[in-house]
Amino acid sequence: MELFERLMKLDRRWVFLLLIIVCVWAYASSFSVPILVMPEVQSIYDKVEGLPEGSVVLVAIDYDPNNLAELHPMTYALVEQCWRKKIKTIFTALSMNGPGMCVQAIRDITDSVSRDKEYNGVMYKGREVVNGVDYCFLGYKPYYAIVILGMGQAFNQPYPTDYYGTPLDEVPMMRGIINYDQVDLVVDISGGNITDAWISYGQGRFGFDLALGLTGVMTAQYYPYLGSGQIIGIMGGLLGAAQYEKLTDNPGRAKDGMRVQLPAHLVIILFIVMGNVGFFANKWRMKREGRA
Amino acid sequence: MEFTSFLWLTFGVFVTLCTMSFLYKDNPFYKFAEHLVVGVSAGYFVIILWHQGLVPKLFQRLEDGDWYFGYLNSSHWEYMIPAILGCLMWARFSKNYSWLSRWPMALYIGISAGLAIPLEMSNKVNKQLHAMMVEIDWANFFGHDGFNLLDVTSGFSQVLIMVGTISAIVYFFFSKEHTGVFGRVATFGIWILMIGFGASFGFTVMARISLFINRLQDTFDWGGVAFDSTNQHYSGMFPAIFWALILFMIGYVVYEIVTYLKQRSVTTQ
Repeated sequence: MELFERLMKLDRRWVFLLLIIVCVWAYASSFSVPILVMPEVQSIYDKVEGLPEGSVVLVAIDYDPNNLAELHPMTYALVEQCWRKKIKTIFTALSMNGPGMCVQAIRDITDSVSRDKEYNGVMYKGREVVNGVDYCFLGYKPYYAIVILGMGQAFNQPYPTDYYGTPLDEVPMMRGIINYDQVDLVVDISGGNITDAWISYGQGRFGFDLALGLTGVMTAQYYPYLGSGQIIGIMGGLLGAAQYEKLTDNPGRAKDGMRVQLPAHLVIILFIVMGNVGFFANKWRMKREGRA
Repeated sequence: MEFTSFLWLTFGVFVTLCTMSFLYKDNPFYKFAEHLVVGVSAGYFVIILWHQGLVPKLFQRLEDGDWYFGYLNSSHWEYMIPAILGCLMWARFSKNYSWLSRWPMALYIGISAGLAIPLEMSNKVNKQLHAMMVEIDWANFFGHDGFNLLDVTSGFSQVLIMVGTISAIVYFFFSKEHTGVFGRVATFGIWILMIGFGASFGFTVMARISLFINRLQDTFDWGGVAFDSTNQHYSGMFPAIFWALILFMIGYVVYEIVTYLKQRSVTTQ
């Protein structure tokens, strides 16, 4: 069998094996890759940085554990930035397994904010983040489109209580916050089509500033909304998360993972080139032999 | 780290390895992980729906009523209407009464359509068309801050979006033969589509690798915890669990290799 025919018939498991070896090697190595910040990520960071103390940001945790790898780092970087700047945060989880993701993120970020840390040359003293004062977790409700519309009228309509069962009217942070009019920014961190509902039923209906944190698979299809001004920015996949971590000077799992992406992509490109060379060479040989 | 936390971490690594073993071939370990995920997700969803949906939105609203008549004398009796409609959905399981489930479905679809049609039209069609029909920014044709072709608001991007959109639509116009100028525009359209698909493919590859990186990070963390000298309390236990899992994994790989070689020798004979 000729080399090109072998290339065409290469068992896919060899590709997986090589990819695993390269990824493990890259992760165990200590090199780093430069991360260039794109304008669509910068705009989200600038918006949050520009908010004064006491502003309100709604963070929609609309993803399940299967999207945790890409979206959790975004949540961690964004929420820590908000809490360091004493910006109040409302959390919603309109995805089925979202509450678990949100509870984990709140626990970890609360722990991180309790320690003194320096970001971009500014020293932030550690402080206790209090449920009901610094943040309010509204929890999960089914039928996300109806919930998004309902919150536009009043948060306590779709959410009579918060996630922990406290009536929303008794949550100190929510006094004076009736609907989106009192929210300065909505960030939807999503791994599914809930994003469409935030664009159509949320931003389109109520006109608030909307930023998106999306999985890599979804990212390309939401760029048109950036051009039309319906959203203020996009964080796309692990790269978007790494860019946000760089901007907030809070390196986490995304920045750590980017050095694996580079060699992994090179391997995939190599196999694509090999596959194409094999295909065209085989075609050319068959044509020469008069078989095609 | 506590012993139970380490056990959960070890279980996480075990399930990761079970799942990834599918890359080689389907096997009982993969099936175990697959069924576990589906079962846990379904169970979790039921509990969340009960505590976050039915309890605060139905039972708590009706709890000022008398249990004897099934909440009927509650001051919020109107909540019984959606509750009854919800129960009617279960009529689908009956051959004779399945028609009753159409009522809540009709109500739900009617409300959804009424809400969706104007908002979807406005936000996904009209606003996108409007964004394409802007006046070309000739003053900042190559970007607002110097030469920057990635600037989505530059005149160049506006022209590219307009030409690209029209060309892509032309490609899907089959009432005229794709020859001459029309054919060239359609060819440009397919190039635009291919670039779009390429961008999606690149992002998808990044997403899939990201998932693997996350499992890699957890596995490395697990290894780090197993041999962390500060865990003196369980200094012998953690490495033992680590090596037990590694040996189990090696054992399974050896079993698969031996099975493969046996099968090959039978085939050769």
